[in-house]
Amino acid sequence: MSETIQGKVVKVAGPVVVAEGMTGARMYDVVRVSKLNLIGEIVELHGDLASIQVYEETVGIGPGEPVVNTGVPLSVELGPGLIESIYDGIQRPLESLYAVEGAFMKRGTDLPGLNREKKWHFKPTVEAGIKVNPGDIIGEVDESSLVMHKIMIPAGVSGTLQKITEGDYTVVQDIATVVAEDGTETQLQMMQKWPVRNARNVQRRLAPNEILRTGQRVIDTFFPISKGGTACVPGPFGTGKTVVQHQLAKWVDAEVVIYVGCGERGNEMTDVLTEFPELKDPRTGEPLMKRSVLIANTSNMPVAAREASVYTGITIAEYFRDMGMSVALMADSTSRWAEAMREISTRLEEMPAEEGYPAYLGARIASFYERAGRVQCQGGPEREGALSIIGAVSPPGGDLSDSVVQATLHVTKVFWSLQGRLAYQRHFPAIDWLTSYSFYKQYLKNCFDDADQGLEMDNLVAEAMALLEKESNLLEIVRLVGAEALSPQDRFALETSRTIREDYLHQNAFHKVDTYTSMLKQYEMLKTILFFHKQALKAIEAGVDINDISKLKVREDIARAKYIPQDEMEKIPQIRETIEKQIKELQAAGV
Amino acid sequence: MLKEYQTVTEIYGPLMLVEKIDGAKYGHIVDIELGDGSKRHGQILQVENDKVLLQVFEGTNGIDVDTSTVRFLAKPLELAVSPDILGRVFTGLGVPKDGGPDIIPDKRLDINGNPINPFARDYPNEFIQTGISTIDGLNPIVRGQKLPIFSGAGLPHDEITAQIARQATVLGKGEEFAVVFAAMGITFEAAQFFIDDLTETGAIERAVMFMNLANDPAIERIATPRFALTAAEYLAFELDKHVLVILNDMTNYCEALREISAARKEVPGRRGYPGYLYTDLAMIYERAGRIKGKKGSITMIPVLTMPEDDKTHPVPDLTGYITEGQIILSRSLHRQSVAPPVDALPSLSRLKDKGIGAGKTREDHADLYNQLYAAYARGKEAQELATIMGEAALSNEDKKYMTFANEFEARYVTQDYYENRSIETTLDLGWELLSMFDNVELKRIDIELIDKYMPRFRKEQKNEEAAKEE
Repeated sequence: MSETIQGKVVKVAGPVVVAEGMTGARMYDVVRVSKLNLIGEIVELHGDLASIQVYEETVGIGPGEPVVNTGVPLSVELGPGLIESIYDGIQRPLESLYAVEGAFMKRGTDLPGLNREKKWHFKPTVEAGIKVNPGDIIGEVDESSLVMHKIMIPAGVSGTLQKITEGDYTVVQDIATVVAEDGTETQLQMMQKWPVRNARNVQRRLAPNEILRTGQRVIDTFFPISKGGTACVPGPFGTGKTVVQHQLAKWVDAEVVIYVGCGERGNEMTDVLTEFPELKDPRTGEPLMKRSVLIANTSNMPVAAREASVYTGITIAEYFRDMGMSVALMADSTSRWAEAMREISTRLEEMPAEEGYPAYLGARIASFYERAGRVQCQGGPEREGALSIIGAVSPPGGDLSDSVVQATLHVTKVFWSLQGRLAYQRHFPAIDWLTSYSFYKQYLKNCFDDADQGLEMDNLVAEAMALLEKESNLLEIVRLVGAEALSPQDRFALETSRTIREDYLHQNAFHKVDTYTSMLKQYEMLKTILFFHKQALKAIEAGVDINDISKLKVREDIARAKYIPQDEMEKIPQIRETIEKQIKELQAAGV
Repeated sequence: MLKEYQTVTEIYGPLMLVEKIDGAKYGHIVDIELGDGSKRHGQILQVENDKVLLQVFEGTNGIDVDTSTVRFLAKPLELAVSPDILGRVFTGLGVPKDGGPDIIPDKRLDINGNPINPFARDYPNEFIQTGISTIDGLNPIVRGQKLPIFSGAGLPHDEITAQIARQATVLGKGEEFAVVFAAMGITFEAAQFFIDDLTETGAIERAVMFMNLANDPAIERIATPRFALTAAEYLAFELDKHVLVILNDMTNYCEALREISAARKEVPGRRGYPGYLYTDLAMIYERAGRIKGKKGSITMIPVLTMPEDDKTHPVPDLTGYITEGQIILSRSLHRQSVAPPVDALPSLSRLKDKGIGAGKTREDHADLYNQLYAAYARGKEAQELATIMGEAALSNEDKKYMTFANEFEARYVTQDYYENRSIETTLDLGWELLSMFDNVELKRIDIELIDKYMPRFRKEQKNEEAAKEE
């Protein structure tokens, strides 16, 4: 029916096109503009005039050209074939586009998000004859060595499963038949579609109470994020937002990772593309690419598609969550998404709020992050899924009073504050330990199999944080009156906090061992640093010179503990023995 | 069948409104003929029904409403290219300016180009030796990277870009770069300095220049970098050349963009710059890179002057968010006669890790620059502390680091604009400077590397000391 709605372009201003004769069109319907078939989306309606944001370059478009309404909102295709794909902002597969049109992106090329030719082996997990409802898992496909793809009943379909057959199918071939109570038959395929701007349905939302391990010491130990949690990473350029995001995408213990490169550098996406297939998941030994989906709408690609890219990403993420998986979505950078909104808003001549951003900026950001969470999934069998969002923000000049940062901080529960000062010292990750925070800290102790260890870790973290806090106060005194004015204990507190900073918080993303630290190793490392601190304080009480302690050889071992591989972890407790021995020797020498 | 109209109704700022137009397309170009027969060029910014809004590249001085004729050319701005563009000088609008013949085009290319499919990109990982220690040692550039120079008024960015253009080679290959130079609103002097420098070394034969000088029309600057990059893409991806693009000065480009935006009465973003400045700059900067299966590459060095040396100004700020790092020049170092005055701490090359190490530069490169950075940062802190409390109040350790920072600036940062240091020289210099510290303090360097490289320098030091004692 809606195919018949055909309007005409009356105005072109950058990415916004206005068409007349669009009576009957609905907001957010997808339209095709001009003979070039450019994809666009209706964002405003005035009588029969529709304002359209076009996902492709509009040079060469003029009044009088046709606009065809497809009658459906912007949707993504969900099904086997998502994993290992790289898409643009509106789910066009970049690899296939490259094959079709070459290195430079042309306009109007239309390719489906899921490969139509490839056959997948579908294995039913239920028998014909049962009643099914939306969300019920009816079968599975071994999509990659890391992802067992569950096929679910799509929304709006329920009834009796009449037929279901195992076999090799493409995503559009019929695999099952459902008969509703009124007798209507629905053929099911492995592929389903979902409009990106709507959140997918869940049974019930749950509190996010389990830590998402990342292998990054400053994050896991001090500012952890939980499965289903949200985090905001703001920082000026050059502070390593992208490296943090890449590190998380690599090492996070989620089953599926969605990486949205939203308005960022092309070479960064290439980096991900070349690196992920080579990197191995520390838990399974499989290439990381086998659990990843990439959305790449780089900064020079059309701005409207950039606006859509985060929605495309999150809808795919929700789909995997609905299978009962733990999913992590990295969005780099949400500021570019906000800027895309601003650009479209300006072209629509809307009244701006702060810094030219539209008044609905805060609401859009909030509803995006609200799509994260730990949930009980819809349908049977009963299962839990979690979707965590880590959003990078690029505030102008690193100014945290920026609208996007503020709107994000309103809704996220973890704040990793990246500081230029730290980055200049090449202290990476440049997460400021004094201003960052996490609301999920209390769940850290549950990360350990041994409950006592968990409690001890809690205490160690508190102790380390107290030392860092103390350091910042002491440094002020040093600045005013010099280091000589401090008591030996305080001077040693400075030494230890330096150790915490340089040997624990500092982590080299490009070092093969240091790039990932298991929870247990974090515990051992922190314990060793603080053990040395306590032993040293005792020795100082006993009259040993602080300079002698500072020069102990074992400090080098502590500093290099981060380079001890996971399978040689027993070396770390040995350092503690060495500490005891060397300090005893000092004391003996002193007496 | 080109259509001509005499229906100009409004002219304001650099913009013109023409009515009763049929079949105008967004982004296409027009010729404007004035009453006296002279010609201008324009581009369509917006079409609404039969009304067309134009920007005039040469400015609207002297254009009138009654006698001006607008001719719609029904095509976007194009650059005529052929291998003969090498060695030529063009205006900011791509017209030959050197008195030479017109280019007989192999083809005409839309200057807006098309975005590179991220999947088609090849990761930049070939180290470029520039012969400048602060770049090669600490912030190495790789082929296909875009690395801007953040400068300020009165700082020697011209000397540095000329030095890079003169000395840049890919290690071990000896291939030379073709240079594409886009001047946007810079002075005749600055442009001539660069041309002379290229002429002296003969590099001018491998160069293409697009010149929009300070007294040329400001709006033309919006097209200049696009012409330059279209030429660069042609040279790189069709003629297999390695191209070095220098865009000087991007601040002037952004100001021209702001002028148009203000004339269109758009809602301004920060400091009056349009909200789409980020996207616009990205369309330029992202044209650097390498492409799978193509031999050539585009390496880009945009130069911009930071108003009041303020890094948070929208132009450097947005640039820094797009480019792969930045080289920042420091006024304080310049005053201390440290030349080139590269401020090592806030400077950064994001792609360095992929271009260095064993087989590319040397295995110790990464650890070495990490250690140099850490030590220099600490030394800088000590320097500051010394200015507040006096040197006497520093601890011995702080004093040592301060000495290091001073030495580092005097020997590592400082070099002549014609001194071409090999990467080995630069790396060895780093070890030599670090030799004043004990191994325990060199936490960022792998023990094995210290054992392998350091003894050489320690020994020399000891010998010197021994010589003194004698």
